[in-house]
Amino acid sequence: MATITYIKHDGTINVVDVANGLTLMEGARNNDIDGIVADCGGACACSTCHVYVHIDWIERLPAIEGMERDMLEFALDADPKKSRLTCQIKVTDALEGLVLQIPAEQM
Amino acid sequence: MPTSEKSQRTVVIGAGQAGFEFCAKLRALGDHGPITLIGEEDHPPYQRPPLSKAYLLGKMQLERLFLRPRSFFEEQGITLKLGTRCREIDRASKTVTISDGTVLPYDRLVFATGARPVQLPDKMGGALKQVHYVRTLADADAMVMDFQAGKHVFIVGGGYIGLEAAAVALDLGMNVTLVEAGPRILGRVAATETSDFFRELHVNRGVKIFEGVQLTKLIGENGNLTGAELSDGRQIDIDVAVVGIGVTPNQDLADAAGLEIENGIKVDAFCRTSDPDIYALGDCASFPMGKARIRMESVGNAIDQAQAAASVFAGTMRPYRAKPWFWSDQYDVKLQIIGLSTGYDRVVTRGGPSAPVSFWYFAETRLIAVDAINDPRAYMVAKRLIEHGKMVDPDRVADIETDLKSLLKQDN
Ligand SMILES: Cc1cc2nc3c(=O)[nH]c(=O)nc-3n(C[C@H](O)[C@H](O)[C@H](O)COP(=O)(O)OP(=O)(O)OC[C@H]3O[C@@H](n4cnc5c(N)ncnc54)[C@H](O)[C@@H]3O)c2cc1C
Ligand code: FES
Repeated sequence: MATITYIKHDGTINVVDVANGLTLMEGARNNDIDGIVADCGGACACSTCHVYVHIDWIERLPAIEGMERDMLEFALDADPKKSRLTCQIKVTDALEGLVLQIPAEQM
Repeated sequence: MPTSEKSQRTVVIGAGQAGFEFCAKLRALGDHGPITLIGEEDHPPYQRPPLSKAYLLGKMQLERLFLRPRSFFEEQGITLKLGTRCREIDRASKTVTISDGTVLPYDRLVFATGARPVQLPDKMGGALKQVHYVRTLADADAMVMDFQAGKHVFIVGGGYIGLEAAAVALDLGMNVTLVEAGPRILGRVAATETSDFFRELHVNRGVKIFEGVQLTKLIGENGNLTGAELSDGRQIDIDVAVVGIGVTPNQDLADAAGLEIENGIKVDAFCRTSDPDIYALGDCASFPMGKARIRMESVGNAIDQAQAAASVFAGTMRPYRAKPWFWSDQYDVKLQIIGLSTGYDRVVTRGGPSAPVSFWYFAETRLIAVDAINDPRAYMVAKRLIEHGKMVDPDRVADIETDLKSLLKQDN
């Protein structure tokens, strides 16, 4: 389990516990944190689960892989350094304290 | 909007993707009235796409399918009535009757009843055990029991669901035979190029594919499936069958209630039916697109129609403009589709012959759809081009030296 902080675009902060094995997208969905839309349900097919990872965490997350990187390259308002797709990152104890910023809009 | 409207009673029939999305969006838009979501299945709303993909393969557990945990519905004040079938609608008294006989009044009624698989008639062996359809969680769970290594599975229909089931079966170590009655797999939804790609993908892995061949009948012994007889005279021994030959919209209740029907429950761009107090969305609804009327079976359509209908209730009135997108997972291949290819007159290939490759559909000079295979960059770029109605030069698309990014910058 890890405690994850999701910061919405309007500044609202949601701090929730997410079980290991779930994705960061599922953690948001199960806690009804809007702004992570996740239209495709985690299939890496829609890019609407996009977030910006807090700068301290960029290097600590599992490396970005082909499909995710390619989806993000042209995603709405993506930042090549900070952007990730939450459906592609599984929660482990190592993510304790992770902070994510949700973008204004998803596409 | 007037506060009086906020306490309107909303009843939604069908607790699938569209029904769920509608309820969630209605609350998000600030509607506080009572909402009742009625679903025939025993499960709270869940995603169907994994049923023929990761879930069937055993790579995704049940809990991960649910669109929200149960607590969501309680917190949002959405009354979930599961395992409950809506039997009848009385438009005059504005009530619905559910399976236990209860009569529920509504001010606004929403059909989100989805679609059901076309069944093989009994005389073709449709009632034999081990004959499966892929629509519900219960269907998938029954399939999982029969999907065992070494068994021979026979798949009827070379659409996305049939091909996905074939990929899962092969990955599980089964022998797989697929028949497609039309001249080619994916014939109704994609160009020859895409069909060719997927045929080769499956055949190379060991799936036997027969195109232009029909199933004459399934054969059984004591109710158990044993074989299949094909229109070319072939007889094969099989253990399991999966039938994926299309769906029929669940429009019967609406029809019986006298609503206008046209290849589904007929709605306008706001998901309104011919009765001003009744809406329909998702797989069960047909809507105007350009000069045509179409029905779409996709998650994206269910979500966006739910948004349009909810916007009417909330008074913000955002019409539905279909932006079709879809995906399919087969083995390690992900197909992403943007746009609707109907009416194309030219297909341009970018990349290949193996993945990544993308097929770009043009109608006259307009880009209307793209099938991107393990090529999310092509998908995302095409999505922008199509959604903004931008022109692209097919020759530049076809030239793999052309940077995708530069297509976005092309004038006009
Ligand atoms: C195996 C499979 C794979 C798919 N893969 C993809 C994919 O990769 N990408 C994609 O975009 N789309 C995919 N789809 C399509 C997508 O899942 C559907 O378009 C979507 O579920 C439609 O949502 P809906 O709410 O309209 O219908 P449904 O999700 O079917 O929900 C309708 C619900 O209404 C209930 N119902 C019907 N009549 C009554 C009644 N009288 N009383 C009470 N309840 C009733 C039904 O039991 C059902 O639960 C797939 C579908 C299937 C079956
Ligand atoms: S949920 Fe669709 S890409 Fe992550």
